[in-house]
Amino acid sequence: MSYHANEKGYYGEFGGAFIPEMLYPNCEELRQKYIQIMEEPSFKEEFDQLLKDYVGRPSPLYFAERLSSKYNTKIYLKREDLNHTGAHKVNNTIGQILMAKRLGKNRIIAETGAGQHGVATATVCALMGIECVVYMGEIDIARQAPNVARMKMLGAEVRPASSGSKTLKDATNEAIRDWINNPVDTHYIIGSVVGPHPYPDMVARFQSVISKEIKAQLLEKEGRENPDYVVACVGGGSNAAGAYYHFLDTPQVGIIAVEAAGKGIHSGESAATSALGKVGIIHGSKTLLMQTDDGQITEPYSISAGLDYPGVGPLHAHLFKSGRGEFISITDDDAMKAGMELSKLEGIIPAIESSHAFAILKQKKFNPSDIVVINLSGRGDKDLQNYIDYFDL
Amino acid sequence: MNRINKKLQEDKKLLSIYFTAGYPNLNDTVKIIQNLEESGVDLIEVGLPFSDPLADGPTIQESSTTALKNGMQTELLFKQLKDIRNTVSIPLIIMGYFNPVLQYGVEAFCKKCQEVGIDGLILPDLPLDVYQEEYESIFKRYGLINVFLITPQTSDERIQAIDKASDGFIYMVSSASTTGAKEGFGTEQKAYFDRLAAMQLKNPQIVGFGISNSQTFEQATATTKGAIIGSAFIKHLTQNGTDKIADFVKGIR
Repeated sequence: MSYHANEKGYYGEFGGAFIPEMLYPNCEELRQKYIQIMEEPSFKEEFDQLLKDYVGRPSPLYFAERLSSKYNTKIYLKREDLNHTGAHKVNNTIGQILMAKRLGKNRIIAETGAGQHGVATATVCALMGIECVVYMGEIDIARQAPNVARMKMLGAEVRPASSGSKTLKDATNEAIRDWINNPVDTHYIIGSVVGPHPYPDMVARFQSVISKEIKAQLLEKEGRENPDYVVACVGGGSNAAGAYYHFLDTPQVGIIAVEAAGKGIHSGESAATSALGKVGIIHGSKTLLMQTDDGQITEPYSISAGLDYPGVGPLHAHLFKSGRGEFISITDDDAMKAGMELSKLEGIIPAIESSHAFAILKQKKFNPSDIVVINLSGRGDKDLQNYIDYFDL
Repeated sequence: MNRINKKLQEDKKLLSIYFTAGYPNLNDTVKIIQNLEESGVDLIEVGLPFSDPLADGPTIQESSTTALKNGMQTELLFKQLKDIRNTVSIPLIIMGYFNPVLQYGVEAFCKKCQEVGIDGLILPDLPLDVYQEEYESIFKRYGLINVFLITPQTSDERIQAIDKASDGFIYMVSSASTTGAKEGFGTEQKAYFDRLAAMQLKNPQIVGFGISNSQTFEQATATTKGAIIGSAFIKHLTQNGTDKIADFVKGIR
C-alpha cells in the first residue's frame, strides 16, 4: 500500500479536484505538466541551487540534548525555523515560482493566514521580479501588521478578504475567485497541501526536501536513515507532509500529527479537524472538514493562525483514516507552555504552530532509545506579541 | 418528458432566473417562484446557499450569507417546496455547491428532488468525471437532468465530452469570471458564441454571467437558446423586495 497520491490525486478516498469548470483549464494544465517540469534537470538544478544559496539549506538536524534528557528519549529538531523568511513555507514558494515561470505565467496570487506564506510568496516574487497579489482576511490583516508590512516592502499588493469570516478560509476563496477571473496569465501559489489536485501532491513534493535531508543527516549522526518517530504540527499540513514524505511507505517509522485543540476539542473553539471533521469538500478537495450537519463550513479556532484551518490536506485525512498516522491534539495552553520550555531548555523560540508539536512530549511516552525527530517548522519572532500577552512578559 | 426538455423544445428564447433560497427573507421561496412564473419566466434556478461559494461574486455571496443567517437549510428548502407543484408548472433547477448535497446524502437529495418536483441540478464543483463514475445513475434514477458549465477557456474536445454527457442544456459561462463580476459582452464573447454555434452541439446552450438587462439578454441569445440572470435579479430583490418581480422581468423582454 502506498500513501502517496495516485494519478487522479486521490489518497485513499480523499483528494481529487472538485472544481468549477472555470478552474479546469488551469488545474488540468498543471496536472499534465507538474511532474514532468519538476523532473527536468534544469528545473532541479535551479531549485536545488536556490534552496542552498538563497534559503540556506540544508537546514540543520540538531540533537536537543537538554530536551532529550528531560523527556528521557533522543530528540532531534529539524530546523526549518532557520530558513530564509523563518519557516518551511519558502521551500514550496521557490518551487512554485519556478513552476510558474516555466508555465509562462507573469502574475502570482496567494492566500495567507498569519502572513508566513504571504511573505514567502512575496519574497520569491521579488526575487524573480514578478507581480504579486496576496489575499488576506481583514481580521488577519489587523492582527498581523508586521507581516503585512513585510509583504508591502517586498513589493506585493495585500488585498483584504472581506467576505465570510474574514480569515484564512475566506482569503483562499478570494484567491480562487481571482484565479477564475484571471485564468490565462496568473499562477496561484497555494501555501499548503490543500486545494484541488495536483496541489496537495505538488506542494508535498516541494516540501519533501525536509525528509530527504532528515534521512541523510540521521545516517550521518546515528548510522541509520529512519527515525522511530517523525512529529509535526498539522494545519493544512505542508510542513508535516514534507517531514513525513520519504517515510510514508516505511511502516517502522511512526508518524505523529499534532493538531490544534484550541481551547479544548469540545469547547466549540478548536481546529482539531481529525477529531471534529467529517468527509466533505473544501477548496476543491475531498477531505476531512469541520462543518455543520447541513454541510456549511464552520470557523475553526486556534491561538496559532497557521493551524486555524477548517480542513486538512487529503494526505493527512488518509493517514488518519487508515491509521498510518497517530493524531494528537494540543490545547492553546499546552502549546504556549511547550514553546516557553523549548526557549528555556534549548535557546530556541519556536513559532506557536511548532510549539504544538513539542507539547506532545508531556502526553506521549517514548522509549529512551527511540529517535524522535520533531519538525521545528518556524521561528517565533512573528508570535512575540502573543507570547508577551500570554505570559505577561 | 422532463419539464426542462419540454421547455427547450419551445420555439423561443428562454429566460432563466436564479435566486438564492432564503433571501431576502427565509420564507420568500414559494412566493418568488410563483411570481417569476406569472411574469413569464421560462426556467428557475433555486439557489441552495453555501457558506463558501467559490464561483460567485459579492452579490450572490452576500445573499447566501444572509440566507444562511436567516436559517435556510437543505431540509427546510425541501419543506418549502413540498407543495410547489400544486401551483406552478415551470421547470425548476436547484443550483448549489456539492458539499451540502454530499452531507444530505446524494441519493437522499435526489430522491427528495423528485418528490417535490425538481427537474434538474447545477452543481458547479461536481466535476464531469466524478459525476459519471459515481452519481450519474442516481441522478437518472430520480429523473434529474444534470447541467454542466463550459467557459471561453474550455477546449473543443472537452465541450464535446460535456455535450455527450448532457441531456438537457449546457450552461455557457460567458466570460472568465465569477458571477456578477462583468457586465456586457465584448469581442471575446462574440468569438466564443460563434465558436459554439459552429460546433453544432446536440444540447442547446443557455448563457449565464454578465446578463443584466434587455440589451445583454438579446446579445446572449442571438446564437443560443437562452440566458440566465442571477446577480442582477438578486440586486433587484435587495432593493425592491418580492413585490416588483414582474417589473424586473418586463425590463428584460
